[in-house]
Amino acid sequence: MTPQPTPSQTVGPFYGYALPFAGGGDIAPAGHPDAITVRGRVYDGAGDPIPDALLEFWQPAPGGSRAGAPGSLRRDPVTGAVIGRTGLDFTGFGRVATDADGHYSIRTLPPGGAPYISVCVFARGLVHHLFTRVYLPELTDPATEPLLASLPPRRRATLLAVPEGGRVHRFDIRLQGDGVEEETVFLDFG
Amino acid sequence: MTPQTPLTQEIISAEIAQARQAYAKAVEGGEPRRDHPDRGYAPYRSSVLRHPEQPLVALDDPDAVELSGPVFGVTDVTALDADLTRQHLGEPLGERIMVTGRVLGRDGRPVRGQLVEVWQANASGRYAHQRDQHPAPLDPNFTGVGRCLTDDQGRYAFTTIKPGAYPWRNHDNAWRPAHIHFSLFGTAFAQRLVTQMYFPGDPLFDHDPIMQSVTDDAARSRLVAAYDHDLSTPEWSLGYRWDIVLSGPAATWIEEGR
Repeated sequence: MTPQPTPSQTVGPFYGYALPFAGGGDIAPAGHPDAITVRGRVYDGAGDPIPDALLEFWQPAPGGSRAGAPGSLRRDPVTGAVIGRTGLDFTGFGRVATDADGHYSIRTLPPGGAPYISVCVFARGLVHHLFTRVYLPELTDPATEPLLASLPPRRRATLLAVPEGGRVHRFDIRLQGDGVEEETVFLDFG
Repeated sequence: MTPQTPLTQEIISAEIAQARQAYAKAVEGGEPRRDHPDRGYAPYRSSVLRHPEQPLVALDDPDAVELSGPVFGVTDVTALDADLTRQHLGEPLGERIMVTGRVLGRDGRPVRGQLVEVWQANASGRYAHQRDQHPAPLDPNFTGVGRCLTDDQGRYAFTTIKPGAYPWRNHDNAWRPAHIHFSLFGTAFAQRLVTQMYFPGDPLFDHDPIMQSVTDDAARSRLVAAYDHDLSTPEWSLGYRWDIVLSGPAATWIEEGR
Protein backbone atom coordinates (compact mmCIF):
# COMPACT_ATOMS: atom_id res chain seq x y z
CA MET A 1 0.00 0.00 0.00
CA THR A 2 1.27 3.46 -0.88
CA PRO A 3 1.80 5.38 2.34
CA GLN A 4 -0.23 8.55 2.64
CA PRO A 5 1.58 11.89 3.01
CA THR A 6 1.90 13.59 6.36
CA PRO A 7 0.19 16.99 6.15
CA SER A 8 2.11 20.23 6.45
CA GLN A 9 1.65 22.59 9.41
CA THR A 10 2.88 26.14 9.89
CA VAL A 11 6.44 26.73 11.09
CA GLY A 12 4.91 29.11 13.67
CA PRO A 13 6.78 31.99 15.32
CA PHE A 14 9.07 30.10 17.69
CA TYR A 15 11.56 28.21 15.50
CA GLY A 16 14.34 30.64 16.41
CA TYR A 17 16.56 28.32 18.46
CA ALA A 18 15.96 25.38 16.14
CA LEU A 19 16.26 26.33 12.49
CA PRO A 20 18.32 29.45 11.72
CA PHE A 21 22.05 28.98 12.21
CA ALA A 22 25.06 31.28 12.18
CA GLY A 23 26.32 31.75 8.63
CA GLY A 24 23.13 30.24 7.19
CA GLY A 25 23.15 32.75 4.33
CA ASP A 26 26.87 32.45 3.57
CA ILE A 27 26.62 29.75 0.93
CA ALA A 28 29.68 31.01 -0.98
CA PRO A 29 33.03 30.08 0.58
CA ALA A 30 34.43 33.08 2.46
CA GLY A 31 36.26 35.56 0.25
CA HIS A 32 35.36 33.81 -3.02
CA PRO A 33 35.87 36.30 -5.86
CA ASP A 34 32.79 35.10 -7.80
CA ALA A 35 30.38 35.52 -4.88
CA ILE A 36 27.09 37.26 -5.54
CA THR A 37 24.61 38.67 -3.04
CA VAL A 38 20.87 38.13 -3.31
CA ARG A 39 18.81 40.23 -0.98
CA GLY A 40 15.28 41.47 -0.60
CA ARG A 41 12.24 41.64 1.57
CA VAL A 42 9.28 39.38 2.18
CA TYR A 43 5.84 41.08 2.16
CA ASP A 44 2.28 40.14 3.03
CA GLY A 45 -0.96 41.02 1.23
CA ALA A 46 -1.18 44.41 2.99
CA GLY A 47 2.26 45.31 1.64
CA ASP A 48 3.77 45.02 5.13
CA PRO A 49 7.14 43.32 5.62
CA ILE A 50 7.04 39.88 7.28
CA PRO A 51 9.48 39.80 10.20
CA ASP A 52 9.12 36.09 10.95
CA ALA A 53 9.56 34.33 7.62
CA LEU A 54 12.23 31.68 7.13
CA LEU A 55 13.76 31.22 3.69
CA GLU A 56 15.70 28.22 2.44
CA PHE A 57 17.80 28.18 -0.72
CA TRP A 58 19.01 25.25 -2.79
CA GLN A 59 21.08 25.38 -5.96
CA PRO A 60 23.66 23.50 -8.03
CA ALA A 61 27.35 24.22 -7.50
CA PRO A 62 29.00 26.52 -10.07
CA GLY A 63 30.24 23.42 -11.93
CA GLY A 64 26.68 22.11 -12.19
CA SER A 65 26.82 19.41 -9.52
CA ARG A 66 23.50 18.85 -7.76
CA ALA A 67 24.96 16.39 -5.25
CA GLY A 68 25.35 19.04 -2.55
CA ALA A 69 27.72 18.53 0.35
CA PRO A 70 27.27 18.13 4.09
CA GLY A 71 28.52 20.78 6.48
CA SER A 72 25.98 23.60 6.15
CA LEU A 73 25.38 23.61 9.92
CA ARG A 74 28.61 22.11 11.18
CA ARG A 75 28.69 21.70 14.95
CA ASP A 76 31.42 21.54 17.51
CA PRO A 77 31.28 18.03 19.00
CA VAL A 78 32.55 19.39 22.33
CA THR A 79 30.10 22.24 22.94
CA GLY A 80 27.39 21.49 20.37
CA ALA A 81 27.66 25.09 19.12
CA VAL A 82 27.49 25.89 15.41
CA ILE A 83 31.05 26.39 14.17
CA GLY A 84 30.10 27.33 10.64
CA ARG A 85 30.86 25.93 7.23
CA THR A 86 34.37 24.78 6.36
CA GLY A 87 34.87 27.84 4.17
CA LEU A 88 35.96 25.52 1.35
CA ASP A 89 33.03 23.26 0.48
CA PHE A 90 29.99 24.43 -1.45
CA THR A 91 26.93 22.82 0.16
CA GLY A 92 24.36 24.50 -2.11
CA PHE A 93 22.07 25.03 0.87
CA GLY A 94 21.24 28.23 2.72
CA ARG A 95 18.75 29.18 5.40
CA VAL A 96 17.97 32.67 6.70
CA ALA A 97 15.23 34.19 8.82
CA THR A 98 13.94 37.64 7.83
CA ASP A 99 14.87 40.45 10.19
CA ALA A 100 12.47 42.78 12.03
CA ASP A 101 12.06 44.73 8.79
CA GLY A 102 11.38 41.70 6.60
CA HIS A 103 14.86 41.74 5.01
CA TYR A 104 17.03 38.78 4.14
CA SER A 105 20.28 38.34 2.27
CA ILE A 106 22.45 35.47 1.08
CA ARG A 107 25.94 35.35 -0.41
CA THR A 108 26.38 32.57 -2.89
CA LEU A 109 28.03 31.51 -6.14
CA PRO A 110 26.17 31.55 -9.46
CA PRO A 111 24.54 28.14 -10.07
CA GLY A 112 25.90 25.96 -12.86
CA GLY A 113 23.63 24.29 -15.42
CA ALA A 114 20.50 26.09 -14.24
CA PRO A 115 19.83 29.84 -14.30
CA TYR A 116 18.04 29.95 -10.94
CA ILE A 117 18.29 29.44 -7.20
CA SER A 118 15.38 27.52 -5.68
CA VAL A 119 13.65 29.09 -2.67
CA CYS A 120 11.36 27.54 -0.08
CA VAL A 121 9.36 30.00 2.04
CA PHE A 122 8.10 29.29 5.56
CA ALA A 123 6.29 31.75 7.83
CA ARG A 124 3.95 32.02 10.75
CA GLY A 125 0.51 32.13 9.16
CA LEU A 126 1.62 30.06 6.18
CA VAL A 127 0.25 26.55 6.75
CA HIS A 128 2.11 24.97 3.83
CA HIS A 129 5.47 26.20 2.57
CA LEU A 130 5.82 27.79 -0.88
CA PHE A 131 8.44 27.25 -3.58
CA THR A 132 9.69 29.95 -5.90
CA ARG A 133 12.86 30.62 -7.90
CA VAL A 134 15.35 33.49 -8.13
CA TYR A 135 16.24 33.69 -11.83
CA LEU A 136 19.52 35.50 -12.39
CA PRO A 137 19.09 37.72 -15.48
CA GLU A 138 22.74 37.34 -16.55
CA LEU A 139 22.26 33.56 -16.76
CA THR A 140 18.95 33.38 -18.60
CA ASP A 141 16.96 34.64 -21.56
CA PRO A 142 13.42 35.16 -20.25
CA ALA A 143 12.04 34.86 -23.77
CA THR A 144 13.25 31.29 -24.21
CA GLU A 145 13.48 29.86 -20.69
CA PRO A 146 10.39 27.59 -20.64
CA LEU A 147 8.90 28.62 -17.28
CA LEU A 148 9.57 32.34 -17.70
CA ALA A 149 8.38 32.35 -21.30
CA SER A 150 5.10 30.72 -20.25
CA LEU A 151 4.20 33.58 -17.89
CA PRO A 152 2.65 36.97 -18.67
CA PRO A 153 5.26 39.75 -18.32
CA ARG A 154 3.99 41.05 -14.96
CA ARG A 155 4.05 37.57 -13.44
CA ARG A 156 7.38 36.71 -15.05
CA ALA A 157 8.99 39.79 -13.52
CA THR A 158 8.38 38.42 -10.00
CA LEU A 159 10.85 35.60 -10.68
CA LEU A 160 13.64 37.77 -12.07
CA ALA A 161 16.26 39.17 -9.72
CA VAL A 162 16.97 42.86 -10.28
CA PRO A 163 20.68 43.77 -10.57
CA GLU A 164 21.63 46.51 -8.13
CA GLY A 165 25.27 46.74 -9.20
CA GLY A 166 28.36 45.41 -7.51
CA ARG A 167 27.29 41.76 -7.86
CA VAL A 168 24.19 42.44 -5.73
CA HIS A 169 20.72 41.30 -6.84
CA ARG A 170 17.38 42.28 -5.39
CA PHE A 171 14.66 39.67 -5.06
CA ASP A 172 11.51 40.55 -3.11
CA ILE A 173 8.91 37.93 -2.27
CA ARG A 174 5.22 38.82 -1.99
CA LEU A 175 3.13 36.07 -0.46
CA GLN A 176 0.01 37.87 -1.68
CA GLY A 177 -0.62 40.71 -4.08
CA ASP A 178 -1.38 43.98 -2.30
CA GLY A 179 -3.34 45.61 -5.10
CA VAL A 180 -0.29 47.50 -6.39
CA GLU A 181 2.59 45.05 -6.43
CA GLU A 182 2.27 41.68 -8.12
CA GLU A 183 2.13 38.49 -6.07
CA THR A 184 5.24 36.32 -6.51
CA VAL A 185 4.84 33.27 -8.75
CA PHE A 186 4.92 30.13 -6.61
CA LEU A 187 5.54 26.68 -8.02
CA ASP A 188 3.89 23.29 -7.64
CA PHE A 189 6.09 20.25 -8.28
CA GLY A 190 3.19 17.77 -7.98
CA MET B 1 -16.04 54.17 19.68
CA THR B 2 -18.04 51.00 19.36
CA PRO B 3 -16.62 48.23 21.50
CA GLN B 4 -15.14 45.40 19.46
CA THR B 5 -17.03 42.16 19.65
CA PRO B 6 -14.63 39.59 21.11
CA LEU B 7 -13.60 36.92 18.65
CA THR B 8 -14.78 33.94 20.65
CA GLN B 9 -13.98 30.26 20.37
CA GLU B 10 -17.61 29.80 19.35
CA ILE B 11 -17.12 31.97 16.26
CA ILE B 12 -13.86 30.22 15.33
CA SER B 13 -15.39 26.77 15.91
CA ALA B 14 -18.31 27.70 13.64
CA GLU B 15 -15.85 28.74 10.91
CA ILE B 16 -13.91 25.48 11.40
CA ALA B 17 -17.15 23.49 11.00
CA GLN B 18 -18.07 25.50 7.93
CA ALA B 19 -14.69 24.85 6.26
CA ARG B 20 -14.99 21.17 7.06
CA GLN B 21 -18.48 20.98 5.53
CA ALA B 22 -17.33 22.86 2.43
CA TYR B 23 -14.48 20.37 2.02
CA ALA B 24 -16.80 17.35 2.48
CA LYS B 25 -19.14 18.76 -0.13
CA ALA B 26 -16.29 19.37 -2.56
CA VAL B 27 -15.08 15.78 -2.15
CA GLU B 28 -18.63 14.53 -2.65
CA GLY B 29 -18.76 16.58 -5.83
CA GLY B 30 -15.70 14.79 -7.17
CA GLU B 31 -12.87 17.07 -6.02
CA PRO B 32 -9.72 15.19 -5.02
CA ARG B 33 -8.98 14.62 -1.33
CA ARG B 34 -6.39 16.99 0.11
CA ASP B 35 -3.45 15.79 2.15
CA HIS B 36 -2.28 19.30 2.95
CA PRO B 37 -4.08 22.29 4.42
CA ASP B 38 -5.53 25.02 2.26
CA ARG B 39 -3.15 28.01 2.60
CA GLY B 40 -6.01 30.45 2.85
CA TYR B 41 -7.65 29.07 5.98
CA ALA B 42 -9.49 31.99 7.60
CA PRO B 43 -10.07 30.43 11.08
CA TYR B 44 -6.27 30.73 11.45
CA ARG B 45 -6.28 34.51 11.18
CA SER B 46 -2.57 34.93 10.42
CA SER B 47 -3.07 33.02 7.16
CA VAL B 48 -5.38 35.67 5.70
CA LEU B 49 -2.66 38.03 4.36
CA ARG B 50 0.02 35.38 4.08
CA HIS B 51 -1.17 33.10 1.30
CA PRO B 52 -1.10 33.50 -2.47
CA GLU B 53 -4.40 34.19 -4.19
CA GLN B 54 -3.15 33.15 -7.61
CA PRO B 55 -2.94 29.43 -8.37
CA LEU B 56 0.49 27.83 -8.07
CA VAL B 57 2.22 27.26 -11.40
CA ALA B 58 2.52 23.51 -11.97
CA LEU B 59 5.95 22.49 -13.15
CA ASP B 60 6.62 19.07 -14.61
CA ASP B 61 10.29 19.45 -15.50
CA PRO B 62 12.50 16.35 -15.18
CA ASP B 63 15.51 18.67 -15.07
CA ALA B 64 14.23 20.83 -12.19
CA VAL B 65 16.88 21.57 -9.57
CA GLU B 66 14.19 20.89 -6.93
CA LEU B 67 14.34 17.15 -7.77
CA SER B 68 17.71 17.10 -6.03
CA GLY B 69 18.24 18.46 -2.55
CA PRO B 70 20.65 19.43 0.21
CA VAL B 71 22.53 16.74 2.11
CA PHE B 72 23.70 16.69 5.70
CA GLY B 73 26.20 14.54 7.52
CA VAL B 74 27.81 13.64 10.81
CA THR B 75 29.46 17.05 11.03
CA ASP B 76 26.03 18.73 11.09
CA VAL B 77 24.78 17.05 14.28
CA THR B 78 26.29 15.92 17.55
CA ALA B 79 25.28 12.78 19.41
CA LEU B 80 23.64 14.80 22.20
CA ASP B 81 21.41 16.76 19.85
CA ALA B 82 18.78 14.01 19.88
CA ASP B 83 18.39 14.11 23.67
CA LEU B 84 16.62 17.32 24.64
CA THR B 85 16.83 16.42 28.33
CA ARG B 86 20.64 16.52 28.46
CA GLN B 87 21.49 19.90 27.00
CA HIS B 88 21.90 21.70 30.33
CA LEU B 89 23.46 21.07 33.72
CA GLY B 90 20.27 19.82 35.34
CA GLU B 91 17.25 17.72 34.39
CA PRO B 92 14.27 19.51 32.85
CA LEU B 93 10.90 19.30 34.61
CA GLY B 94 8.08 17.30 33.08
CA GLU B 95 7.12 13.93 31.73
CA ARG B 96 10.11 12.29 30.01
CA ILE B 97 9.17 10.76 26.66
CA MET B 98 10.76 9.09 23.68
CA VAL B 99 9.44 9.94 20.22
CA THR B 100 10.54 7.73 17.35
CA GLY B 101 9.42 6.71 13.90
CA ARG B 102 10.46 6.47 10.29
CA VAL B 103 10.73 9.04 7.52
CA LEU B 104 9.48 7.57 4.25
CA GLY B 105 8.97 8.72 0.68
CA ARG B 106 5.69 8.25 -1.16
CA ASP B 107 7.05 4.97 -2.49
CA GLY B 108 7.39 3.66 1.07
CA ARG B 109 11.16 3.66 0.90
CA PRO B 110 13.10 5.03 3.86
CA VAL B 111 14.71 8.45 3.67
CA ARG B 112 18.25 7.62 4.81
CA GLY B 113 20.83 9.80 6.48
CA GLN B 114 18.67 12.92 6.29
CA LEU B 115 18.29 15.73 8.77
CA VAL B 116 15.34 15.81 11.19
CA GLU B 117 14.96 18.93 13.33
CA VAL B 118 12.50 19.44 16.20
CA TRP B 119 11.47 22.27 18.51
CA GLN B 120 8.84 22.54 21.21
CA ALA B 121 7.56 24.31 24.32
CA ASN B 122 8.60 23.10 27.77
CA ALA B 123 6.34 21.13 30.12
CA SER B 124 4.61 24.35 31.19
CA GLY B 125 3.80 25.37 27.64
CA ARG B 126 6.51 28.04 27.31
CA TYR B 127 9.04 28.41 24.50
CA ALA B 128 12.59 29.57 25.12
CA HIS B 129 11.94 32.55 22.85
CA GLN B 130 11.74 36.15 23.97
CA ARG B 131 8.60 36.75 21.95
CA ASP B 132 6.75 34.06 23.89
CA GLN B 133 5.23 36.11 26.70
CA HIS B 134 2.97 33.38 28.10
CA PRO B 135 3.31 33.77 31.89
CA ALA B 136 4.35 30.17 32.45
CA PRO B 137 7.78 29.39 33.87
CA LEU B 138 10.81 29.00 31.68
CA ASP B 139 12.85 25.91 32.51
CA PRO B 140 16.57 26.70 32.78
CA ASN B 141 17.28 23.07 31.91
CA PHE B 142 15.24 22.95 28.73
CA THR B 143 15.68 24.79 25.43
CA GLY B 144 13.40 22.46 23.49
CA VAL B 145 15.50 22.02 20.36
CA GLY B 146 16.88 18.82 18.83
CA ARG B 147 18.17 17.29 15.61
CA CYS B 148 19.36 13.97 14.29
CA LEU B 149 20.08 12.10 11.08
CA THR B 150 17.81 9.23 10.05
CA ASP B 151 19.42 5.76 10.01
CA ASP B 152 19.43 3.22 7.18
CA GLN B 153 15.79 2.33 7.88
CA GLY B 154 14.81 5.98 7.89
CA ARG B 155 14.41 5.94 11.68
CA TYR B 156 14.74 8.97 13.92
CA ALA B 157 14.47 9.06 17.72
CA PHE B 158 14.35 11.88 20.26
CA THR B 159 14.30 11.84 24.04
CA THR B 160 12.46 14.86 25.37
CA ILE B 161 9.80 16.19 27.75
CA LYS B 162 6.13 16.17 26.87
CA PRO B 163 5.33 19.78 25.92
CA GLY B 164 2.49 21.65 27.59
CA ALA B 165 -0.51 23.27 25.91
CA TYR B 166 -0.29 27.04 25.65
CA PRO B 167 -2.45 30.07 24.89
CA TRP B 168 -2.08 32.19 21.77
CA ARG B 169 -3.82 35.22 20.36
CA ASN B 170 -5.68 33.93 17.33
CA HIS B 171 -8.93 34.53 19.20
CA ASP B 172 -10.24 34.95 22.72
CA ASN B 173 -9.26 31.98 24.94
CA ALA B 174 -7.31 30.26 22.13
CA TRP B 175 -5.12 27.32 23.24
CA ARG B 176 -2.80 25.18 21.17
CA PRO B 177 -2.84 21.43 21.82
CA ALA B 178 0.53 20.07 22.94
CA HIS B 179 2.74 19.52 19.91
CA ILE B 180 6.29 19.07 18.71
CA HIS B 181 7.40 20.92 15.56
CA PHE B 182 9.22 18.76 12.99
CA SER B 183 11.33 19.83 10.00
CA LEU B 184 12.19 17.18 7.40
CA PHE B 185 14.21 16.83 4.22
CA GLY B 186 13.84 14.17 1.55
CA THR B 187 16.20 13.36 -1.29
CA ALA B 188 14.55 16.15 -3.31
CA PHE B 189 14.11 19.74 -2.17
CA ALA B 190 10.53 19.43 -3.48
CA GLN B 191 9.87 16.90 -0.69
CA ARG B 192 10.62 19.44 2.03
CA LEU B 193 8.18 19.31 4.96
CA VAL B 194 7.63 21.30 8.13
CA THR B 195 4.83 20.00 10.31
CA GLN B 196 3.67 19.40 13.89
CA MET B 197 3.20 16.16 15.81
CA TYR B 198 0.33 15.94 18.31
CA PHE B 199 -0.37 13.62 21.23
CA PRO B 200 -3.27 11.15 21.16
CA GLY B 201 -6.54 12.09 22.85
CA ASP B 202 -5.80 15.79 23.36
CA PRO B 203 -9.13 17.57 24.15
CA LEU B 204 -7.93 20.73 22.36
CA PHE B 205 -7.82 19.22 18.84
CA ASP B 206 -11.31 20.39 17.84
CA HIS B 207 -10.66 23.92 19.12
CA ASP B 208 -7.40 24.51 17.27
CA PRO B 209 -7.58 26.19 13.84
CA ILE B 210 -3.97 25.26 13.03
CA MET B 211 -4.56 21.54 13.38
CA GLN B 212 -8.03 21.87 11.82
CA SER B 213 -6.55 23.63 8.80
CA VAL B 214 -6.08 20.05 7.59
CA THR B 215 -9.74 19.59 6.70
CA ASP B 216 -9.45 15.94 5.64
CA ASP B 217 -10.16 13.73 8.69
CA ALA B 218 -7.87 10.90 7.60
CA ALA B 219 -5.03 13.28 6.75
CA ARG B 220 -5.42 15.15 10.04
CA SER B 221 -5.27 11.90 12.00
CA ARG B 222 -1.81 11.32 10.50
CA LEU B 223 -0.54 14.27 12.55
CA VAL B 224 -1.22 12.37 15.79
CA ALA B 225 1.44 10.08 17.25
CA ALA B 226 0.49 6.71 18.77
CA TYR B 227 1.34 5.81 22.32
CA ASP B 228 3.42 2.62 22.08
CA HIS B 229 3.93 0.72 25.31
CA ASP B 230 6.81 -1.23 23.77
CA LEU B 231 8.68 2.04 23.42
CA SER B 232 8.22 2.94 27.07
CA THR B 233 11.24 2.27 29.27
CA PRO B 234 10.59 0.95 32.81
CA GLU B 235 11.21 3.54 35.54
CA TRP B 236 12.28 6.02 32.87
CA SER B 237 10.10 7.27 30.00
CA LEU B 238 6.90 6.86 27.95
CA GLY B 239 7.13 6.06 24.25
CA TYR B 240 5.38 7.52 21.22
CA ARG B 241 5.61 6.38 17.63
CA TRP B 242 5.10 8.70 14.67
CA ASP B 243 5.95 7.86 11.08
CA ILE B 244 6.29 10.67 8.56
CA VAL B 245 5.63 10.37 4.83
CA LEU B 246 6.97 13.09 2.56
CA SER B 247 4.96 14.33 -0.39
CA GLY B 248 6.82 15.02 -3.53
CA PRO B 249 6.99 14.84 -7.26
CA ALA B 250 6.56 11.48 -8.90
CA ALA B 251 10.00 11.81 -10.47
CA THR B 252 11.63 11.36 -7.05
CA TRP B 253 9.88 8.04 -6.42
CA ILE B 254 11.98 6.11 -8.88
CA GLU B 255 15.26 7.80 -8.15
CA GLU B 256 18.02 5.24 -7.92
CA GLY B 257 20.71 5.26 -5.32
CA ARG B 258 19.91 6.81 -1.96
